[in-house]
Amino acid sequence: MKNASSTNKYWELFSTFFKIGAFTFGGGYAMIPLIQRETVENHEWISEEDMMNMVAIAESTPGVLAVNSATFVGCRVAGFWGAVCATFGVVLPSFVLICILSLFYLSFLQNKWVAAAFSGIRCAVVLLMANAVVKLSKQVEFSFIYILLAVLAFVLAVFTNIDTILILIAAGVIGVFYATWKKNSTDRKEA
Amino acid sequence: MAAFLEMFWVFFKIGLFTIGGGYAMIPMITDQVVGKGWLSLPQLIDFIAVSESTPGPFAVNIATFVGMEQAGVLGAIFTTLGVILPSFIIIYLISTLFYDRFIGNHIVQGALSGIRPAVLGLIASAALTVLLSAVFGGAEITQGVGALIEGFRLPSLIILLILIVIKRFKKKIHPILLISVAAALGILFSLLPF
Repeated sequence: MKNASSTNKYWELFSTFFKIGAFTFGGGYAMIPLIQRETVENHEWISEEDMMNMVAIAESTPGVLAVNSATFVGCRVAGFWGAVCATFGVVLPSFVLICILSLFYLSFLQNKWVAAAFSGIRCAVVLLMANAVVKLSKQVEFSFIYILLAVLAFVLAVFTNIDTILILIAAGVIGVFYATWKKNSTDRKEA
Repeated sequence: MAAFLEMFWVFFKIGLFTIGGGYAMIPMITDQVVGKGWLSLPQLIDFIAVSESTPGPFAVNIATFVGMEQAGVLGAIFTTLGVILPSFIIIYLISTLFYDRFIGNHIVQGALSGIRPAVLGLIASAALTVLLSAVFGGAEITQGVGALIEGFRLPSLIILLILIVIKRFKKKIHPILLISVAAALGILFSLLPF
């Protein structure tokens, strides 16, 4: 009996996250409302508070938001194999679709009309990325050191060939030192 | 086999250092994937638009696409596994071992407070790269003004300005709709006699 119900749980995790993967365009934060509806309201797998913590964890860990939340929910509901099923489910729709798409993608792009369409579409991508910059800038605290970090990262990326991974590591280290220093100095003021 | 492992490793690194969502990967993909010649810059930009118009996370889409282009379905499996594995391992460890300790940890929060603005700067640089490719024929800033003027395409600039105006008046326009309008404008301008 226990076996039957746990197999069922794996299937439910897989199919729910398959649906989430198949019906969210653009990925990332666009997925949060659907994940919330499915996992908190429909299946009651996690609580509203878990959901908020999950978003916070997903924001503070590397990787893909969709995968982060699938792994988290799967693990909560049914341990390791639950995490595997949910993650597999969320990835599968994209994987299959892009595999099929890429078979005729390049010949598709050689078409004169498609090429003309894409010359316009590239302009839209500029706008989408500018939009991402504006959105992300709202999450950054406005103080001298953070603005300096943003400008430095921009300048290094535009004018040098430094590995972006190194830039991120350096920024993380500076962030830790700055936050520690700030904490110590406010502690001293309070004392 | 070495080629498969290299693809896996490149996407593992990309997955491991992507903080702040899909577009935060773009600088790294430009660095690692375009740098290796697996994808050209225009191909990458076109694929960003394709990915916005197909379901699923950008990270998985681009990993699958590059793997497929390089080495078929098996390649796609290696790249996709590479890009999701860091998330999977980290989240699994956090949710089983130190869920409560993680959220309030000041070292984690400190590192993030530094990484977020850096990601902002990196995405801005990627946006500039895309702008140069879309409107200035892929010239680079470091090549100087001459290259910019030579690559400049007026129709693309006009399309960009039209899109900016649309976006100003309809702030919440869906990306797919914006991309469709841009595609229509692209075709329209290719029909004009200049």
